[in-house]
Amino acid sequence: MSEVTVRSEWPLFEVFLRGKRGLNHVHVGSLHAADPQMALHHARDLYTRRNEGVSIWVVAASDITASSPDEKDPFFAPSGDKVYRHPTFYQIPDDVPHM
Amino acid sequence: MTIIDETELQAHFDQTMARERRIEPRDWVPDKYRATVLRQIAQHAHSEIIGMQPEGNWITRAPSLRRKAILLAKVQDEAGHGMYLYSAAETLGTDRAELTEKLITGRQKYSSIFNYPTLSYADVGVIGWLVDGAAICNQVPLCRSSYGPYARAMVRICKEESFHQRQGYELLMTMMRGTAAQRDMVQDATNRFWWPSLMMFGPPDADSPNTGQSMKWGIKRHTNDELRQRFVDMTVPQADKLGVTLPDPALNWNQERGSYDFGAVDWDEFKAVVAGNGPCNTQRVARRKAAHDDGAWVREAALAHAAKAGGTA
Repeated sequence: MSEVTVRSEWPLFEVFLRGKRGLNHVHVGSLHAADPQMALHHARDLYTRRNEGVSIWVVAASDITASSPDEKDPFFAPSGDKVYRHPTFYQIPDDVPHM
Repeated sequence: MTIIDETELQAHFDQTMARERRIEPRDWVPDKYRATVLRQIAQHAHSEIIGMQPEGNWITRAPSLRRKAILLAKVQDEAGHGMYLYSAAETLGTDRAELTEKLITGRQKYSSIFNYPTLSYADVGVIGWLVDGAAICNQVPLCRSSYGPYARAMVRICKEESFHQRQGYELLMTMMRGTAAQRDMVQDATNRFWWPSLMMFGPPDADSPNTGQSMKWGIKRHTNDELRQRFVDMTVPQADKLGVTLPDPALNWNQERGSYDFGAVDWDEFKAVVAGNGPCNTQRVARRKAAHDDGAWVREAALAHAAKAGGTA
């Protein structure tokens, strides 16, 4: 950031919505609020103006631990070379039923 | 921590672009890409926020409870769109307070269209029809922006803009079925907003030196002139159906091109408005600044309350 100014900022919260029952919560964006309760209310006003959600999670952005975004990251390498974890790795004759 | 060569990072970025894959927050990007996307998102966000003012001007004077509820919902949407976009901008490493500060000190711009006044209630309809119509033309291709958070915000926004355009057109259809004075209001509003709407697509391609780079980066999908032409072609039949005349004697169907020819936009006026000399520039920014200043005690009180309750992050 270019300049450091002393401001009293509302912290950043990330918002997750469950679109309807039976679906996972999905990240939809972020907002600023003074506390988690206010973040919930703001999330309702901002992200569910048209019935987009039946449940909301808000999480202080500073509480999220994230992996590196780079997909070449060696972090994901352990799963890259384990083709035997996929069903297509195994050759089964076509005439074996229900497999 | 290993030190990675910048040429390798650049090569990875180039490959992402070549494959039409999305850039996500915290990916390495060239400084110029970051600055350009940030400027684009910030300008868009500011436009949504300032865009509340011209229409908000008519909320207390909407002619019925139905129209008032619609207009309130629309202006709330503009606020919402601004918030989605500020949220996307923050993923590029800026923060919201800084963006607001840049807006109210004139260091970042917003769309020149919002520097025109709304003189009659018909303007609410014409803004929905023409201004939001032009915005949709501009924004639909941005749902495929290479910057993921911006593209996702645009998907939400485009869904909601459709309501904006339709409520405007329906309002105008209603007025056109009314009295001669009401029809005159619609025509007058159309006359005032037509040319500024065409300016919303930005300067002609010949004067838009950054377009090539932006298209290579997937943060612009069509040139200004292409989008302007698309908007004209979409809008002419809508004007006919409505029964208003678009204020351009040169507007004419060109069989050969399969498009409408139209007259020259007054780019001197555009430049003057962008430079700060439109009818409402000063008032729009002053209003935004006043709202921000007047809200300071609320922001501080909420923080104090959160600290006292022990719930602040």
